[in-house]
Amino acid sequence: MFSNLDLQKLVFGRLTLEAIPYHEPIVLITFLGVAAGGLAVLGAVTYFRLWGYLWREWLTSVDHKKIGIMYVILALVMLLRGFADALMMRAQQAMAFGANEGFLPPHHYDQIFTAHGVIMIFFVAMPLVTGLMNFVVPLQIGARDVAFPFLNNFSFWMTVSGALTVMVSLFVGEFARTGWLAYPPLSGPAGSPGVGVDYYIWALQIAGIGTLLSGINLIATIVKMRAPGMSMMKMPVFTWTALCTNILIVAAFPILTAVLALLSLDRYVGTHFFSNDLGGNPMMYVNLIWIWGHPEVYILILPAFGVFSEIVSTFSSKRLFGYASMVYATVVITILSYLVWLHHFFTMGSGASVNSFFGITTMIISIPTGAKIFNWLFTMYKGRIRFEVPMLWTLGFMVTFTVGGMTGVLLAVPPADFVLHNSLFLIAHFHNVIIGGVLFGMLAGITYWFPKAFGYKLDPFWGKTSFWFWLTGFWFAFMPLYVLGLMGVTRRLNHFDDPSLQIWFVIAAFGAVLVLLGILSFIMTLVVSFVKREELRDVTGDPWGGRTLEWSTSSPPPDYNFAFTPMVHDGDAWWDMKRRGYSRPLHGFKPIHMPRNTGTGVILGMISIVFAFAMIWYIWWLAAATFVAMLAVTIVHTFNYNRDFYIPVDAVMGAENKRTKMLAGHV
Amino acid sequence: MKTAAGQPDSTTFYLEEEHHPEQGTMLGFWIYLMSDCLIFAVLFATYAVLGRNYAAGPSPKDLFELPLVAVNTTMLLFSSITYGFAMLEMEKGKQKNTLIWLTITGLFGLAFVGIELYEFAHLIHEGATPQRSAFLSAFFTLVGTHGLHVTLGIVWLVILMVQVNQRGLVPENKRRLMCLSLFWHFLDVIWIGVFTFVYLMGVLQ
Amino acid sequence: MSLRPLGLSPLGFLRGFALIPLAGLLSGCNLVVMQPAGDIAARQRDLILVSTGLMLLIIIPVIALTLLFAWRYRQSNTDAPYDPDWHHSTQLEVVIWAAPLVIIIALGALTWISTHTLDPYRPLSRIDSSRPLSPDVKPLTVEVVALDWKWLFFYPEEGIATVNELAAPVDRPITFKITSSSIMNSFYIPALAGQIYAMPGMETKLHAVINKAGVYEGFSANYSGSGFSRMNFKFHGLDNDAFAAWVAKAKAQGKPLSRQDYLTLEKPSEQEPVRYFSAVDDGLYRSILNMCAVPGKMCMSEMMHIDAMGGGGKESHANRERLEYDNRHAVAGDEAEAATAPASGRAARSDEKPEGVKSGPTGSSETPDPHHGHSMPDMKHDGPAPVQLNQ
Repeated sequence: MFSNLDLQKLVFGRLTLEAIPYHEPIVLITFLGVAAGGLAVLGAVTYFRLWGYLWREWLTSVDHKKIGIMYVILALVMLLRGFADALMMRAQQAMAFGANEGFLPPHHYDQIFTAHGVIMIFFVAMPLVTGLMNFVVPLQIGARDVAFPFLNNFSFWMTVSGALTVMVSLFVGEFARTGWLAYPPLSGPAGSPGVGVDYYIWALQIAGIGTLLSGINLIATIVKMRAPGMSMMKMPVFTWTALCTNILIVAAFPILTAVLALLSLDRYVGTHFFSNDLGGNPMMYVNLIWIWGHPEVYILILPAFGVFSEIVSTFSSKRLFGYASMVYATVVITILSYLVWLHHFFTMGSGASVNSFFGITTMIISIPTGAKIFNWLFTMYKGRIRFEVPMLWTLGFMVTFTVGGMTGVLLAVPPADFVLHNSLFLIAHFHNVIIGGVLFGMLAGITYWFPKAFGYKLDPFWGKTSFWFWLTGFWFAFMPLYVLGLMGVTRRLNHFDDPSLQIWFVIAAFGAVLVLLGILSFIMTLVVSFVKREELRDVTGDPWGGRTLEWSTSSPPPDYNFAFTPMVHDGDAWWDMKRRGYSRPLHGFKPIHMPRNTGTGVILGMISIVFAFAMIWYIWWLAAATFVAMLAVTIVHTFNYNRDFYIPVDAVMGAENKRTKMLAGHV
Repeated sequence: MKTAAGQPDSTTFYLEEEHHPEQGTMLGFWIYLMSDCLIFAVLFATYAVLGRNYAAGPSPKDLFELPLVAVNTTMLLFSSITYGFAMLEMEKGKQKNTLIWLTITGLFGLAFVGIELYEFAHLIHEGATPQRSAFLSAFFTLVGTHGLHVTLGIVWLVILMVQVNQRGLVPENKRRLMCLSLFWHFLDVIWIGVFTFVYLMGVLQ
Repeated sequence: MSLRPLGLSPLGFLRGFALIPLAGLLSGCNLVVMQPAGDIAARQRDLILVSTGLMLLIIIPVIALTLLFAWRYRQSNTDAPYDPDWHHSTQLEVVIWAAPLVIIIALGALTWISTHTLDPYRPLSRIDSSRPLSPDVKPLTVEVVALDWKWLFFYPEEGIATVNELAAPVDRPITFKITSSSIMNSFYIPALAGQIYAMPGMETKLHAVINKAGVYEGFSANYSGSGFSRMNFKFHGLDNDAFAAWVAKAKAQGKPLSRQDYLTLEKPSEQEPVRYFSAVDDGLYRSILNMCAVPGKMCMSEMMHIDAMGGGGKESHANRERLEYDNRHAVAGDEAEAATAPASGRAARSDEKPEGVKSGPTGSSETPDPHHGHSMPDMKHDGPAPVQLNQ
C-alpha cells in the first residue's frame, strides 16, 4: 500500500485525479465548451488538410507580420477568457447580498479575480501591444523583418506557452488565489501551499522570457534597421513609442523574473526571502514587484499613445502637431516611470517625506501626458477630420482617458490615497486608463492596420457598433465603481451586508453586459468583413490616406515588405513621397535576402509547457527530462547554419507585377 | 546617410541596390547582458536588504574563508585573461591556438565552479543552509546564480569549440565567440562585485 | 471643514466646483468617504475635493476642446479653415507644457504639506477644525491585531480585549498600534481616518479621532485570503459615559484571554462573532508582534538584538526551530486553507465552524513569558517596530 503510494508520488508528483475539478459545474461546463470548441477547430483543420499549411506558413514562420497577427489572435482569444472572468465577478458582486451567497464560493471567486488580472495584463494587453509593434514597426521603418527573426518566433511561442499554462490551471488543479501580484506572505508556502501560485509563477516566467526577448529584438530592430535617411527625429511616433516601450520592457522584466524566482525559491526550496520568520521581508517583494509593475503600465500605454498619434494625424489629414514635444514627452514618461513605484503602497507606513516624494513624481508624469493630449488636440485643430472607426476610438480615448488620468493623479496624493487605496475607486481608475487608454488604443490600431495586414478594411457599421457598446459599457461598468469607492467599499469582496450598495453593482453588471455586446460586435466585424472582403478590398495599399512608410507597400505586403528599400526625407515619409510625385519602380529588381522558417520556437514552447506542468506538480523526473530536452533542442538549433535564403528575382518580379496590374485596374 | 547612391538626393525615394543594414547581434546581445545585469542588481539589492538578517545564526564572519574565495577569484580572473588570448588568436585566424586557449579558459571556469561547489557543500555541512536565515538565502541565491551563469558559459564554450572545430572561424562562429566573450567578461565584472560586496565587506565589517 | 490648515483657503471655491457633478449622487446613498465622522477623514475628504477641483481646471477645457474641435473640423464642414502643414507653434507648446506644470506645482505643494500634516504616525494637534487639542489629554491606546480572518483589539489601559468590535470615546484622540498575525491586511474605518497596512512582525501606527457618536463600518482593505470578505467589524463612537459602560460590559461579560486562548483564537476562522475579554495576559500584544506567542519561541526583538551583535555563531542550530513561525499551522496539523482540495484532497479548513475560545487556565504561570525570558539587558521594548524599513 505505502510503496504503492510512493510509486505514485514518484510518477505523478502531487498530481492526483482529485486535481480535476469535475465536481465544480462551472468549471466542468467551461471545460466541455473549450474541449468541444477545440476539437471542432482541430477537426476542421484536419478535414481541410490545413496542418501542413499552418505549420509551414504560420507556426514556424519568422515573418514579423505573421507573428504580429498571431500575437493579436492570441490576445483576442485570451480576452474572451479574461472577460468571462469579469462577467462572473460582476454577476457575483451583483447577487451576493445579505443571505444570498452568490454562486461563487471564496475559493473559486478568489481564483477568478486573480486570473482576470493576470490574463488581462499578461495575455491580452501585452500580446496586443507586442503584436501591433511586431507588425507595424518594421514596415514603418522600411525594414524587411526584425533584427532577430528566429528569436521573434521563439518569443511568440513562449508567450503562448505562458497563456496555455494559465489555461491548464482551469482544468487541472487551481489557479492562484492571491490577487494578480501574489503578495507574500499570502503567496508563500504557508499561505498558499496548493498549486495555484506555482501555476502563476511558471506562466509568468515563461511568458516573461518571451516578452524580454521580443523587447531586445525590437530595440535592435529600431536602432539598426531603419531605412536610410530616417534619423531618430524622423521616426514615426508609433516607432518612437515602441522604442521607449521596449526599453522599458528590457529594463523592467528582468526584475519580475528575479522577484518571481525568489518567490519560487521560497516555495520550492524553503528559503526566507519573503517569509515572516527567520529574517525574511515580505515588504521587499511588494517593492520589487512594483518596480517592475509600474513601468509595466507605461509599457502598455505608450504604444497606445503612438497609435493615437498616427491615427489623429492621418484622419485629420494633417501633420502631427508638436512632433518634437511628443517625442520628448514619451522619453520623459519612460524615465519617470521608474521613480513612482511606491505610490502603489503609500499605506505601508513609509514616512511622510518618502510618500510625498513618490506622490509628486507621479504627478509630474501627468505633465508630459497632458502635453500629449494637447498635441492631439491641436493636431485636430484646422484639420479635416474623417470619423472613421479608428478616429472614433481615438476621440473616445481622449475623453475617457483624461478622466482616468485625473483620478490617477488624485490617488497620487498620499492622504487621499489613504481613504481610496484598494477601494473600488482604484479599480475604476485603472480600468479607466487601461480600457480607455490601452484597449481603445489597441482596438483603434487593429482597425487602422487591419487592411494593411489582410488587404481589406473592417466593416464600418459593425466597427461603430462595437465602439459605442464598448464606450457606453465602459462608463456604465465603472462609474458606479467610483461611487462605491467613495462609499468605502473595498476590492476583492465576494459578499456584502449593506443592501443599499446593490443597485450600483447591478448597474456595473449591466455595463459589463454592454461591453460583452461590444466584444460580440467586434467579432461580428471580423466575420462580416471577411464575408464582404471583396467589397472592402484595399487595392491601393493606402486606404486611409496614410503618412508613414507602411502605406507605401501593398496590402497585404509581400513577404519582403519592400522590393526596394525606401529612402526617407521627411518625418511623414509616405506623405512626402506622395506629395513630391514618387513613382513606384517597375524594374531593376534584385534577389532578396530573407530568413528561413524554423520549427525550433514552437517545439521549445511546447516542451516548456510540459516542463512548467512538471514543476508545478512536483513530477521531478519529467521536469528534468523536459529541461534536458529544451537544452538539447537549443543546442541542436545552434548547429544549423543554414538560416537564410534568397527570394529569386522572378518571384519578386511576379509579386510586383501583380501589384502593378491591381493598381492599374483600380485606376 | 550612407547610401549606395552616394549623396542623398531629395528626389530619390528608394535604393536601387540591396540594402544591408548593420548586424544587430552585438547590440542585441549587449542589451541582453544589461537585462541580466538587472537580475543581478535585484539579487544584490536583496542581499543588501537581507544580508544582516542572520536569524540568530551564523554571520559572514563565522562562515566565509577569504583565502578560498581569493583562489576562486583568481581562477575566474585568469579565465578572463585566457579568453582574451583566445580572441586575439581568433583575430589572427589561428583556429588551433584559439581552441587551445578556449580549453584553458574552460578549465579555469570548471575550477571556479568546483571550488564554489566545495564551498557550498562545506557551508551546508556546517548547517549554514539557504533555509537557515534570510542572509544565507540571499547569499546562496546571489552567488549560486552567478555560478549557474558560469556553468552555462562553460556549456556554451564547449559547444562553440565543437562548432569552431567543425566549420572553422567562419563569420557566424566569430560572432558567437564575441558574444561569449562579452558574457564571460560580464560574469567577471559581476564576480568582482560579489567578492567585494559579499565576501570582503562581510568579513571585514 | 476649513481649509486653513492647508493654507489654501483661497481655493475653497474649487470645492464647490468639484461638488457640482457629485451633487446628484450625494443624495440617497451613504458616501462615507465624502461624509466622514472623524477629523482626519474629513481633512482627507477636503483634500480630495480640492485636488479634484484643481485638476478639473484643466480637464474640463480639454474635454470641451476635444469635442469642439472634433465637431468644428469635421470633414463635411468646409467652412472651417484647413491647414495641413501647420504643426508647430512655440508659444502654443510653451502653454501646453506650462498649463499642466502650473497645476502640478500647486498640487505638489498641497501634497507635500498635506502628506506631512496628515501623516498617520503624527500625533494629533486638534480635535476638529474649531477645537485644538489641549496638551493634557491622554490619547486612548488601542493595539490592533489582524488575525485570519478577524480583528483582535487590545485596550492596554483598560485591561480588556475584544474580537470584531471596536469602541472609542468621541473627541478623544486614539492611538492605534497595528500588526498582523500571518497575512498582510489593511486596517480601515472610512468614517474615522485613512487606512494603514497591518503586517506580521511589524507595527504600524495610526492617530485619529472620532467626532460624532455612532456606529461605523470597519474592515480589512487588503485581500488576505478566503475569509477576507467577512473580516469586518463595527466601530462604536461613544460619549465618555457610554464608553465607560462599554468597558465595564466587556469586563463583566468577558473571560480572560490567556496566551493559550490566543493561540486557539489565532487559528484561521471566518465570520467570528463579537467577543469580549475581561483581562489579558501580560505582554500578549508584544509577543504577538514579536511572533513569539507560542511558548518556547524566540522573539523577533531578541533575534534582532542577536543579529545586531553579529549573529548567533555557527553553533546556533537550536535557534532555527525557535524562530520558525510561518509553518506553525502546518506543524500543528491545521494546514493553511489554500492547501484544500483539489491540491491536497483535504476539506477546506474554513468548513470547520469557529470553535470559539475555551477558557483555559489564566496566566500560564508555569511557562515563563518567553518574551521576557529571553530579553537582553538593554532591550528597548518600546522601540520602533522590528524589521521596519519604513519609518
